[in-house]
Amino acid sequence: MQTKSIQVKGLQKSYKQLQVLKGVDFEVEKGSIFALLGSNGAGKTTVVKILTTLLNSDGGTATVNGFDVATKPENVRQSISLTGQFAAVDEILTGRENLILIAKLRYLKSPRLVADDLLRRFGLTDAADRRASTYSGGMRRRLDIALSLVGNPQIIFLDEPTTGLDPEARIEAWKIVKELADGGTTVFLTTQYLDEAEQLADRIAILHEGRIIANGTLAELKKLFPPAKVEYVEKQLTLEEIFLAIVGKKEGA
Amino acid sequence: METAKNHFFSDMGVMLGRSMRHIFRSIDTIVTVCITPIAMMLLFVYVLGGAIQTGTDNYVNYLLPGILLIAIASGISYTAYRLFLDKQRGIIERFHTMPISRSAVLWGHVLTSVVSNAISVVVIILVALIMGFRSSAGILPWLAVAGILMLFTLALSWVAAIAGLSAKSVEGASAFSYPIIFLPFISSAFVPTESMPSVVRAFAENQPVTSIVGAIRALLSDQPVGNDIWVALAWCVGILLVAYFFAMRVYKKRV
Repeated sequence: MQTKSIQVKGLQKSYKQLQVLKGVDFEVEKGSIFALLGSNGAGKTTVVKILTTLLNSDGGTATVNGFDVATKPENVRQSISLTGQFAAVDEILTGRENLILIAKLRYLKSPRLVADDLLRRFGLTDAADRRASTYSGGMRRRLDIALSLVGNPQIIFLDEPTTGLDPEARIEAWKIVKELADGGTTVFLTTQYLDEAEQLADRIAILHEGRIIANGTLAELKKLFPPAKVEYVEKQLTLEEIFLAIVGKKEGA
Repeated sequence: METAKNHFFSDMGVMLGRSMRHIFRSIDTIVTVCITPIAMMLLFVYVLGGAIQTGTDNYVNYLLPGILLIAIASGISYTAYRLFLDKQRGIIERFHTMPISRSAVLWGHVLTSVVSNAISVVVIILVALIMGFRSSAGILPWLAVAGILMLFTLALSWVAAIAGLSAKSVEGASAFSYPIIFLPFISSAFVPTESMPSVVRAFAENQPVTSIVGAIRALLSDQPVGNDIWVALAWCVGILLVAYFFAMRVYKKRV
C-alpha cells in the first residue's frame, strides 16, 4: 500500500541563467494537506508545474501517485487536477457549462448530474446558468475549485488558491480545502500567507532560494525556535475579525 | 488502460463545441468579419467599379473571389485572439493537466476557424447574389471552390495559431492578419494585373492570392482553370504544412 502521494528528490530547474530550484526534496502523505510556503518568486509555481506535468525538470525525480512525472505523464494526469493561480474558468460559458465541459473531457458517464452535484456543493446553483464573466472573485474561485473536483481526482494541486480573494471568500476556500482532505483527497497547496498554512496544513515546507529550508508540522516548526516568553497582552481585535463580524451578521451566513 | 490518443476525436469534438458556443455568443465577431468585406464589395461595385476595366460586364462576378479571401483573412485574426485568451487565462494549462489529447486543444481552435469562416463566406455569397452575382457553374466546380476556400482557411488558421500562441498581447495576436488582408489588393482580385507597373505586377502575379482568385473565378464562370488551380493548391498546401509545423513547435515549447 502506497502511503506517499508525492515524492520529490533533488528537483532542479533553471530558466536560462537563473537557477530557480536547486535540489528540492519533500514527500506528501496520502490524504494530507501539504503547504509549500514561500515568498513571491521563490519557485512555488515552478514546483507545481513540474508536478502537474506542465513543465519538465532539469534534474532530480518526482513521482505523483506512484508515477514518475517525466516518464508517465499520462498516468499522473489521470490522478491529479490543478487549480492555477488565476481562476481558469471559461468566462463565456455558464458555470454549469464549464463543469459539463470538464466532465466530458474526463469521459464521465453523466456530465449533467456531476455538474448539478458540484454546483450544489459549492453554492453555485442559483448562478449556474449565468456566464462565469458575471461571477464575483469568490464565486469564480469556487467554480475553479469545483472544476478541479470533476471526476474526483486523488490529488489536488492548488496554486495560491486565495490570492486576490476577500476575507470571506478566503475562509470559504479554506473550508472547501479542509472538506476535501477529510474526504481522503491529498491536497498540495502553495501560499505566501503564513496564516493560511497555519490554518490548513498538516505539514508545511518552506521553499527559500531554491531549497526547502524547513519541513514539518506546525508544532515541529515551532520547536525550531526558542519557546515564547509568556507575556500578558490585552487581546486586540484584528481588522479582519471586525470586518467579518459586521459583514457576517448582515449576510446571515 | 486507455490512452489520450484514442480520445483525439472526441476531445476535439468537445473543444469544437466549446469554441462554437463562444462564436454564437458573440455574434458581433461574425458580423464584424462579414461587414467589412461586404462594405468593400459595395464600395468597389457601386463607387469604383464603373471606372475599372476588367473585360467583363459583371464586376461583382470578377470581385467576389477576392472579397471572400479578405473575409477569411480577417476572420482568422479571431482565431488567434481566442487562442491567445485561452493561453493567457490558464485554460490551456488546465486542459494540459488533464488526461486528454493535447493536440486536440489546438485542432479544436483550427476547426472552429474553418466552420466560422465557412459561415461568413456563405453570408457574403448571399449578399453578392442580391448584388447581381451569377454563376453558371455546376455542383462539381462549386465543390472545388469550397475545397480551395477551406484549404486556404485551414492554412491561414495555422498561421493564426502561431500568432495566437506566441503573442504577448491581444493586439499582437491579431496584428499579423493586416498584411494578409492587404494582400488581395496587390493581386488580380480587384483589377487585372496588366494595368500595374512592372515591379508591382511581377509581385502581384506571383503571390498566392492571384492564383487562388484566378482559380475560383474560372471555376465559378465555368471557364478552364488551367494552371491556376495547381499553383493555388500548391500555395495552400505549402503554407499549411509550414505553418502547421511551426505552430506545433511553438505549442510544444511555449505552452
